[in-house]
Parts: sequence; structure tokens; C-alpha cells
Amino acid sequence: MRRFSLISIPYLWLLALFLVPFIIVLKISLSDSALAIPPYTPTLDFSEGWAGIKAFWSELDMENFVFLTEDDLYWKAYLSSLNIAIVSTILTLLVGFPIAYAMARAPEEWRPTLLMLIILPFWTSFLIRVYSWMGILSQEGYLNQLLLSLGIISEPLVILNTNTAVYIGIVYTYLPFMILPIYAALEKLDGSLLEAAEDLGCSRTSAFWLVTVPLSKQGIIAGSFLVFIPTLGEFVIPSLLGGSKTLMIGKVLWEEFFSNRDWPVASAVAIILLLILVIPIILFQRNEQKQREAEG
Amino acid sequence: MKHTLLTLTTTVALSAMAASAEEVRVYNWSDYIDEELLAKFEAETGIELIYDVFDSNEVLETKLLAGGSGYDVVVPTGSFMARQIQAGAFQKLDMAQLPNAGNMWDQIEERTALYDPGNAYSINYMWGTTGLGVNTAKVAEALGDDAPIDSLALVFDPANMEKLQACGVYFLDAPDEMIPAALKFLGEDPNSMDPDVVAKAEPVLSAVRPYIKKFHSSEYINALANGDICVAFGWSGDILQARDRAAEAENGVEIAYNAPSEGALMWFDQMAIPVDAPHPEAAHKFLNFIMDAQNMAAASNYVYYANGNKESQQFLEADVIDDPAIYPGPDTIKNLYIKEAYPQKVQRKATRMWTKIKSGT
Repeated sequence: MRRFSLISIPYLWLLALFLVPFIIVLKISLSDSALAIPPYTPTLDFSEGWAGIKAFWSELDMENFVFLTEDDLYWKAYLSSLNIAIVSTILTLLVGFPIAYAMARAPEEWRPTLLMLIILPFWTSFLIRVYSWMGILSQEGYLNQLLLSLGIISEPLVILNTNTAVYIGIVYTYLPFMILPIYAALEKLDGSLLEAAEDLGCSRTSAFWLVTVPLSKQGIIAGSFLVFIPTLGEFVIPSLLGGSKTLMIGKVLWEEFFSNRDWPVASAVAIILLLILVIPIILFQRNEQKQREAEG
Repeated sequence: MKHTLLTLTTTVALSAMAASAEEVRVYNWSDYIDEELLAKFEAETGIELIYDVFDSNEVLETKLLAGGSGYDVVVPTGSFMARQIQAGAFQKLDMAQLPNAGNMWDQIEERTALYDPGNAYSINYMWGTTGLGVNTAKVAEALGDDAPIDSLALVFDPANMEKLQACGVYFLDAPDEMIPAALKFLGEDPNSMDPDVVAKAEPVLSAVRPYIKKFHSSEYINALANGDICVAFGWSGDILQARDRAAEAENGVEIAYNAPSEGALMWFDQMAIPVDAPHPEAAHKFLNFIMDAQNMAAASNYVYYANGNKESQQFLEADVIDDPAIYPGPDTIKNLYIKEAYPQKVQRKATRMWTKIKSGT
């Protein structure tokens, strides 16, 4: 019995925080928009009893999902979001891996401090950090002032309100999520394996590719998923740093919800986004499980 | 953990306190009131005022339609409010609690009755026009001294926009404002609800899209004042605030506002009480306070928008009441048009068109 209740706690958690909201959104996605509070119909009326539930059920349909296939805006936005998420994940990995590697290689007494430095930005609000990037990247911003005064450029660079600014924002924001799992994997790495590789005639570079990288694979995968999954639906960074041309599904969802007041279509967009995310989430789970089994 | 616990207890204690003391929660547009008025209200009534701001009708509308927004007074624009009244988002005003309602201006109430029949749900806070804010020196430099700064051609004629591109042009990120303006430029009915007529705005806007630096509904105040941009299609009072900020900063930037001579959109921001407002009585007190002639005049003197309060006009400063950009003369008023809310299907087309214009997709 005790064992059962212990196991059931995480599942209850999942039910309350994932399944219930999912069902609510799914239900709205099958409704029609209406001029009312809340702005969709039908709403479930228990006071009518069984007949009310049946009437409610009969009014749900897939119309909104059909609508999404009729306009090329939606699949273009999904593809563009996927593209931005993949590129950002690769960029974050390229920046994050060397940092994690240097941290894992640093003398042991430094490591807690270094770890602290990685976590430190979280003490400031995410929104404020994105806003300060606006101050850095704008045409009269610090970056342009610095480059102009050093004589590297003669005309201010246009970075803010472009996709470049979005990439900078995403890499900056999600970098810790990439560094921490890779660092955790590298820190466990047994140094004697590298020595053995070198003893057996491996150069330092090939030892890195043949020993270090494969052994940190789990960390790289975990870090990549932790960056990729939230980036795909990202809204704040593209809306603050991106331009009108930056097409992302998070922004499309916002417009459906706010400008069109069409909660049902907005919910349908969200459901499809979730379905796209389910694949990497399942892969991520399996990777985690494999890792636990390997360790266990 | 200890810290979290401490915060939790404080929050609980605070909300318990708040529930006992009287309070009113107001949700208004950003940069839209003289903050001294807020302190004055608290001092006069002893009611704690919680003041929160937004910068788009869409955000306000979503909060209202979701229900349980927790606000006691909100300030939607007329066209949006008409729809929200239909959705049942507001409660009828209790005129017995609003003795200052006699101060209101019949000329404005006639027009707001179009959105709120009989003005049963709302009072006018401010009204204004949507038009052209220009940095006079920079525009003259780009287009010559006879630049059409009071004509829609300034921003809808690609030849002009191409020359203005270098010094920077902002448009409001509001299809409900920009589409009617483009239709007016074409000589069509700006208030048309016909999807085929609305669609005619797209080529006009797309043709000048490459020269527009940004679509945003509040950043242009600072951008104009700092001299970062030379033209903004925006709300009258916002542009006049930019003019004022530039003058205060003494940065040599001179800003002028003109309602387009072809005709400008006239809009009304209305104060209303949500149907589920937690403190309706305090909300009425706030509305009555705002309708006081001196208070309303103080607000207009500060934000440079005209108000719908006839009695307040004697307390307005000369640079407000005598400025035709704020209180237009009879000729201009004739030329102003009013826009009603799009029905759902047309709204979707308008939003879609707007996305296409902005993103090219």
C-alpha cells in the first residue's frame, strides 16, 4: 500500500498539471468561438444533467483543425519555429560545450564557484535580462557604440528586430540548461580513460572525439532537449527582440488568442504544437531511462 | 525554504489586510494619467488605489472575456467596448452614485452612444484622433519644405515613404486603426464591414511595408522624442507627449501632430466597470472622482488628450484647449470618422491580412 501511494504521487502530479489542462485545451479546440464570457461555445452545463452533456458533446467538431490546413500561415510558422529551434539548439551546444568542458577541467575547489556563476543570472528576472539585450543591440545601443568608437564599423549594425537578435536572446537565455547537464556528464568522466587512450597512441584531439564526446553524449542529448523543447514555442524572446518578419508559432498563437479572440483556433494551434513536441519529449524520456538503467 | 515561507506568510497577511480595507483596482492605458490624481483620490476617499496599465485593446479584451480579471475600472476604446458590452462584460452604471455625470459633454456623448447606447455602461475618459506625427526638420530634409505633413499621402504614397525610410517610420501595430486609414486614402468608406472593401487596404499597406521600420503601439513616443524616427502614424496625445518630452529634453527635436486632411479616425476611450468587479461601489467613486471638472482638466493638461467633460474646459490650460491638434475646430471635426468593431469573420480576415502585411506570409 505504501509503495502504491509512493508511486501514485508523481502520476497524480502529472494528471493535475498536464493531463487536466491538456483536456481543457483539447475541449476548447473542438468548440466554436462566440461573443460571450468565456468566448467560446458550447460550455458544459451540468445542471441539465445527461441531456446537457449529450448536447455539449454533439456540438464539438474538428472544424478548427481543418481550418489550420487551409491557410499556409500555420505550417509556415511551425516550420519556421522548428528551424529557429534547431539552429538555436546547435548554437547553444557550440557555445555551451566548451564552457562545460572548461568547468569540468577546472581545479576542484573552483567548481562550486563556477557553477554558481552559471546559475547567478537566474536571480534576475528573465524579462529584465531580455530587455537589457534590447539596450545592448539597438542602433544606439552599447554594442554599436563600442564598435563605432573602436573604428571596427562606420555605420551602426542593425541587429535588434532581426532573427540574429532572436538567436542571441535564445542562446543567452537557455545556455545554462545546456551547460549544466553536459557539465554533470563531464565531471563524472574518469581521467584515467583519457590517459589510457593517450598511452595507446591516441592524439589529444582524437582522444577528445573518441572518449570525451561519447562519454558526455547523455549530457549533450539532455541539454539539447532542454533547449529545443521550450524554444519551439518561445514567445517572449521573438516578440521583444525579433522583427515583424520573425514568424514563430508562439506569435501566431498570441494573435489567434488576442487579436482574433478565437480561443478555439488558438487551442488547435497549441494542440498541434504539443503533438510536434511529444516526439522529442518521448525521446528525451527514453534517453533518461536508458541512462538510469546504465547507472543502475 | 525559510525565505519562501516568509514570503508566503507576508502574501497571506497582505491579502487578508487588503480584503478588510477598501480598495479599487484600475486598469488603464500606459502613460495616460497624471499620477498626482491617483494620490489625490486616495487622500480624498481613503480608498486604496491599485493602478495597472496595458498598451493594447486586445490584451484588455482577453482579460475581460476570460472573466474574473479582478479589475474594478477598465478603459477600453469604444469600438472594442461595443463588442464587450454585447458579450456581457460590463455592469450598468448606477447614475445615483455618479452626481458628477452632469459635467459630461453632450457632443461627445452623442457619439459614444453609438458604441454604448444611452451611455448606460460607460463614461468618456479621453478622446482623440489617429494621425501623423512628424519630426518637422527631418521630414523637410527628406521631402522638401512643402512635404505633405497633413496628408495620408505622406505615409501611403510609396514615393514619399522611400525617401522617409532612412530617417525611420513607425506604424501603429493595430489593424483596426491602419486599415481604415488606408481605405480613407483610397476614398473608400473607412468604416466598411464588407470584406471585399477591407481587402482593398492590403495593396496600399503592402506597397509601403518595405519602408516601415517598426509596427508598435507605444514605443513611438520615445522614438519620436529622441529623434530616432521622423514619422509615426499614431494617437494624437501620444505624439503631443513626444513633442513635450523633446522640448523638455532640449534636444533640438521638433515634433508636430496633424490629423490627416482627408479625414482622421476619431476614437473614444471609455471607463467602464466589469460585470464581476470585486469593488463596484469604490469603482463608482473613482468614476465620479474622474468626472469632477478640475480632476478631468488636470488629466487632460497632463496627457494632452481632449476629454468628454464640458465643465472641465474652463480649467484647461491654453496650450490644451486652444490647440487644434487636441481640440479640433469645427471644420476638422466634420472631417473625422468613427469606426465600429468588425464582426468575427471580418476581424479574422483583417488580422490575417495584417500578419501578411507585416511578415510577408
